[in-house]
Amino acid sequence: MSDARLLVLIVLLPFAGVMIPALLARRSRTTIAWASGVVPLAAFGLLVHLGRRVFAGEVITASRPWIEFLGLEIAFRLDGLAMLFAGLILAIGLLVIVYARYYLADEDPFGRFHAMLLGFMGAMLGIALSDNLLLTAIFWELTSLSSFLLIGYWSHRPDARTGARMALAVTGMGGLALLAGALVLGNIGGTLSISDLNLQGEAIRAHPQYPLALVLILLGAFTKSAQFPFHFWLPNAMAAPTPVSAYLHSATMVKAGLFLMARLYPTLAGSDLWFWMVGGTGLATLVFGAWVALTRHDLKGLLAYSTISHLGLITLLLGLGSPLAAVAAVFHIINHATFKASLFMAAGIIDHETGTRDMRRLGGLWQCMPITGVLAMVAAASMAGVPLLNGFLSKEMLFAETLALSGAGVAGYVVPLVATLAGVFGVAYSMRFIHDVFFNGPPKEFDRVPHEPPRWMRIPVEVLVVLCVAVGVAPAVFVGPLLHVASGAVLGGPVPSFSLALWHGFNLPLAMSLVAMVAGLALYFQLQRGGRLHAMTPGGWSGHRVYDDLVRLVVRLGEWFTGLAMAGGLRRQVAVLLATSFVAGIAPFVIADVPDRMFVFQTPMDPVAVTGWIVAAVATALVVAMHRQRFAAVILTGAVGLVVAGAFAHFSGPDLALTQIVVEVATVLLMLLALPHLPAVGALDSSALRRFRDAAFAIVGGVAMGGGAWWMMTRGGTTVSAEQAALSVPGGGGTNVVNVILVDFRGFDTYGEITVLAVAALGIVAMLSREPYSSPRPADAPLMLTLLARILLPFGLLVAVHLFLRGHNLPGGGFVAGLVTAATLVLIPLVAGRAFAERAIRIDFHRVTAAGLAIAGGTGLGAWAFGKPFLSSAHGHLDLPILGDLHWASAALFDLGVYLVVVGVLMLVLQGLARVVPRDTATGPGTR
Amino acid sequence: MELLLATAIGLFTAAGLYLILRARTFPVVLGLTFLSYAVNLFVFVAGGVRVGAPPIVTGAPMTDPLPQALVLTAIVIGFGMTAFLIVLAVRLRRETGTDHVDGAP
Repeated sequence: MSDARLLVLIVLLPFAGVMIPALLARRSRTTIAWASGVVPLAAFGLLVHLGRRVFAGEVITASRPWIEFLGLEIAFRLDGLAMLFAGLILAIGLLVIVYARYYLADEDPFGRFHAMLLGFMGAMLGIALSDNLLLTAIFWELTSLSSFLLIGYWSHRPDARTGARMALAVTGMGGLALLAGALVLGNIGGTLSISDLNLQGEAIRAHPQYPLALVLILLGAFTKSAQFPFHFWLPNAMAAPTPVSAYLHSATMVKAGLFLMARLYPTLAGSDLWFWMVGGTGLATLVFGAWVALTRHDLKGLLAYSTISHLGLITLLLGLGSPLAAVAAVFHIINHATFKASLFMAAGIIDHETGTRDMRRLGGLWQCMPITGVLAMVAAASMAGVPLLNGFLSKEMLFAETLALSGAGVAGYVVPLVATLAGVFGVAYSMRFIHDVFFNGPPKEFDRVPHEPPRWMRIPVEVLVVLCVAVGVAPAVFVGPLLHVASGAVLGGPVPSFSLALWHGFNLPLAMSLVAMVAGLALYFQLQRGGRLHAMTPGGWSGHRVYDDLVRLVVRLGEWFTGLAMAGGLRRQVAVLLATSFVAGIAPFVIADVPDRMFVFQTPMDPVAVTGWIVAAVATALVVAMHRQRFAAVILTGAVGLVVAGAFAHFSGPDLALTQIVVEVATVLLMLLALPHLPAVGALDSSALRRFRDAAFAIVGGVAMGGGAWWMMTRGGTTVSAEQAALSVPGGGGTNVVNVILVDFRGFDTYGEITVLAVAALGIVAMLSREPYSSPRPADAPLMLTLLARILLPFGLLVAVHLFLRGHNLPGGGFVAGLVTAATLVLIPLVAGRAFAERAIRIDFHRVTAAGLAIAGGTGLGAWAFGKPFLSSAHGHLDLPILGDLHWASAALFDLGVYLVVVGVLMLVLQGLARVVPRDTATGPGTR
Repeated sequence: MELLLATAIGLFTAAGLYLILRARTFPVVLGLTFLSYAVNLFVFVAGGVRVGAPPIVTGAPMTDPLPQALVLTAIVIGFGMTAFLIVLAVRLRRETGTDHVDGAP
């Protein structure tokens, strides 16, 4: 396979892998876990294979058009930044799968976890590799949806449901903003291709709509990456199982926003607006998150706010806008992913072993689990920025870059100071994570005796911690080349020379680190004295509360409107709907210019039409007057239907007339079958006033509709169908334009419609499935009817075949033929007796319906084999020995599908209703 | 002829509206059937009122085929909807013992 295809495969593999847990549902958890783990492993292998070219400075792309007029392309691009992210997503995903095998309890649905995790992984890879902004937005929404499922994994817990909803609401809204921003940006740049946009950064930043695009896109990025003030969803998402938190909040979901900013860095960065918005938000988030993290008592709460703080740090670096700061941002993305994932996993181990995550109840665990303790300590030290670990290096770079602002007025002083302050808090909460859990007094009493976790649960943590140390000690060896290609991709140009060394001599950044270290330790132990820290309770204003108020407001508005429009039973609702549509129908006449009347009578009246009109009018009036006499009402309705069919026939609609007649027969049959199950005489429970009011309502509606029809018919005008009539023979290969439109020009529409029919039939079957079925009814049909049926049966089927075959050129076709076939098949019990029919007709009409849908869909898909769009048709002439020259069209196959669906649906419905035993349930007033 | 069609459409609509505002399920089904007649005819005549000009390509002038194609599927879908409603009405009666649209008289 070509490298481009391999690239697409990387994105597709996890989506395909979603099936694995379903296929292995009965196997052991270990099997499922390993099978799921193969997916990221394989994709990672592909990535490494392709990565050799990326390290050599190449960019691998793959694209094919999707919806061209929207500018939507399936375009992927593997450069340094994409490779870094894809690598993080896959590698940490693999570790999380291994870890989760031992973390999840026996009663947790295991397969579902892996399916959702792999789906999420695929969506994240899509974001990382996409080269089209719309495609990015699609994958962005997919991550919002799949993270909603993952966060709400323990759906029986209210906090999980709330957290999942909140994450979806906040990131989903951000996704909408991103979509809007992508469109604005596409409008400015004239393309949605990210690599093309990145080439014209200067021009885009000079465009008057640039601020709008920037704000919208940043809204998307900030909500996803939990930047202040949208951060509140992240701590609430901690109701997820810890492996999910480790995955979503270290390497993937929350990094998507940062990734987007980095991806569009050449396009968007470099303006003052970017500096103030991104830098300002990052700085606020950095220090706010760090302080709140210190005051959380829940281990995961601490990690959540620390994550917010570190995301702020990276945002700040991106906002600074200097090339070196961008390098530092990429570096910290790597470092944060490694130490934060391991800390989340460590927190999960502690929770797993002690049954609590509350640091006020934890303590002294060092004696029970020293290995976990060492691992957590190293990772926490990296988070605090202790030398010899990777966190130290990127934090040094941050300090150095904030100092580089010295020329920028007030910001030159404020930013380094606030960054140092955040460093102080960072050291303090890292210290708390270790001291409050592993030390701080003797071991406490827990529900169970804590000890070291299973071997495989610790291995992922060990891998990550080893990485922290390796990068920390020898950064140039382990991360130098990767950082170089990734930064190059962010900057879209030359990478500034940076030195990844442990020791840069005594300088100001080192001093800032030292201050943070000493002051942080002092702060922590000061707060911890006398239990002050444990006594703190969070409170005050929070984004969470604003969110809650907003949600409550929306719900109350909805309730108010529902009460207004939907109270007082179904009839009132129907009346509200009708009144609304009446207003909507009248409105255009009031507010828009309407063309003048062109003529009054175009077609002269004839006696046949007048007779039909009189019959229909009388029958309609009778139905209204005596609708409670149900049998009579059904027959009269059928009569009106036949007149309508006559009107179709008279006014040049032979196909419609055929269809209407057969549908009328089927409808009347169905109503007659239903009558035994309903009261024979309807109750009279409308007051005279009500009937008068409804009549007035009906007359207004009737006048409006009749008037509208009159208005429309007396104004000519051109129609859109001349082209279709002209193309019918050369394009569709048929002279019956109606049929050609149905099976060819508007075939997709028809396909949707037969699907709806099939769905309706399934619904009917489902509704009837719980009813008792009768065995054959003893009474046989009258002799005359039986005789008639015998004659009609073969002819009926023959007529159906005839109608079907000629349908493409003369009135007929799949719909009509299907209706005739079903109406004929219903006769079989009359001809051969019910008992015989029950034995003989063993056709499963579910299968007929399904086969019809499959044939129609398959015909449509067949066009793909010839490189044409879905449902393109072909036609031609076939010279057969006996039949002679036969004209064929692929649309005939589609029509066969339509035919089978109609037959199947009708038979399912008629048979279903006919076999239900009438059961006298007469209890209410006004029944028989 | 336009007048006949317009009045028929108006009449079917009025009958349909009156019937779907009844309290029992069966007249509601009938009412929807009448509304279908009205709407189908309405869309049908949007293509013009022509006698003896079916939309078959023969060289002779023919009526507008597109509304007919729309109405044809509408008739079939309408049947599906009617069938669904009828069975729903039967089921409702079985579940609640009444044929009142609100499930309780």
